Amino acid sequence: MLLIYCPYCEEERSELEFRQAGDAHIARPTNMTEMTDEEFEAFFFLRDNVKGLTFERWRHLNGCGRFFNAARDTVSDKFLTTYKAGLPKPDLSTLRPATEAIVETYEATESDAK
Amino acid sequence: MRKYSVFAVAREAMRGHRGWEAQWTSPEPRKEYDVIIIGAGGHGLGTAYYLAKEHGITNIAVLEKGWLGGGNTGRNTTIIRSNYLYDESAGIYDHALKLWDGLSQDLNYNVMYSARGVMMLSHNIHDQQVFKRHIHANRLNGIDNEWLTPEQAKEFCPPLDISRTARYPINGAALQRRGGTARHDAVAWGYARAAADRGVHIIQNCEVTGIRRNPDGSVAGVDTNRGQINARKVGVVAAGHTSVLMEMAGVRMPLVSYPLQALVSEPIKPIFPCVVMSNTVHAYISQSDKGELVIGAGTDQYSSYSQTGGLQIITHTLDAICELFPIFRRMKMMRSWGGIVDVTPDRSPILAKTPVQGLYVNCGWGTGGFKATPGSANVFAHTIANDAPHKINAPFTLERFRSGRLIDEAAAAAVAH
Repeated sequence: MLLIYCPYCEEERSELEFRQAGDAHIARPTNMTEMTDEEFEAFFFLRDNVKGLTFERWRHLNGCGRFFNAARDTVSDKFLTTYKAGLPKPDLSTLRPATEAIVETYEATESDAK
Repeated sequence: MRKYSVFAVAREAMRGHRGWEAQWTSPEPRKEYDVIIIGAGGHGLGTAYYLAKEHGITNIAVLEKGWLGGGNTGRNTTIIRSNYLYDESAGIYDHALKLWDGLSQDLNYNVMYSARGVMMLSHNIHDQQVFKRHIHANRLNGIDNEWLTPEQAKEFCPPLDISRTARYPINGAALQRRGGTARHDAVAWGYARAAADRGVHIIQNCEVTGIRRNPDGSVAGVDTNRGQINARKVGVVAAGHTSVLMEMAGVRMPLVSYPLQALVSEPIKPIFPCVVMSNTVHAYISQSDKGELVIGAGTDQYSSYSQTGGLQIITHTLDAICELFPIFRRMKMMRSWGGIVDVTPDRSPILAKTPVQGLYVNCGWGTGGFKATPGSANVFAHTIANDAPHKINAPFTLERFRSGRLIDEAAAAAVAH
């Protein structure tokens, strides 16, 4: 279970209180009736489905009820940061990378432990 | 390839089992193939097998970044059924179900397909209406599916609690008798052995890092961690990693990848004769031939490639199982795991040509791909060999998200996906 920091409540709470709400920073078109099928498909159906850093919306449903945005790594599932809805994508260069070098082999984890 | 038979078992028993040969070889990749399949799961290996068997194309490589059958093929709950609502879905899932029946003989490999019946529990009037609609739609498509009273359901599955005081009372069930289970690993191994026997190269630990294109835009081959491999046709059969691979060819997909978890109990003596699913309470359960209860439910809520998921999801699943089957309350769970499933907006798969000439994609099976393995592989092989879809998979295009001609099992599903 994830622990998620709500930028409105300014508190870290359990994932149980939150609902993921898809990709962030997708501007809903104001000219929907004039869009081509290709444009509508790109807006409505196609997704980057990033392996790595992704920007997504969450809603603190069983808390303040508000939507906010998060930067999360989809490999480690770690949150880099969360920020209020409407703010631009944050500068992540000052933050620690969420995906660390993964040590997975038995030899790598156990060979020195003998 | 030496055939497996009762005589082979007897012969090897006499010789101390020293004569069994490897089921498939691990050759060095050639510089060029006619067809490259990316992903050595059931669907990918099956595609290679049917390309070789039915279309005479044997110069094929199946590239796998990990080990054979180590993705969702080895991580699912092995349920097989074909009682989907829409004609298009009924067509492809029942094509698969017909191939399951006879697959062991076809592959000379026991995939342990067991038509033990899949029963979906109805808990309220809405379930009942939806299931009866499915039953009628299925019958029009020639697919068996029948309504059971609670007593009939209890007779078919004795561990079921049908008392009115149950936490989730049952007012009936829909049963597909031809549904059941199969041994998931054996499906991958059987297809691999039969494909390798026809000359297909299965190359494990070979990760595709790029898709090469000709100046005219058509596919030229792939870059891998074992060098460049050329091919005029490439089929992507990579489940949760489809978006990552298709991005290498500049194609954005209508997919989101989610973790889907499952778990098995300690093994016990045979107690559970069929597969039971409950959409409303949301869990499904069957018993493997090893005796483990195999249990699953829904996906986690966030997109992820981590092949794990939240503990609250599996505890919620077990809550449901314990309420439906109080006799299992004190059982210990032995293992749990996650797979990464690629989910489309309409919860129907994509088996199609792509905007890139020579690039084909078989994806979007979401949480229910195992049951379709032989049918999916069979029609996808047809699509690659003829550069045109089979009539069964013709509706499952990538373009349907542009035209709006969706196959909306998401809204119609007999189970939540």
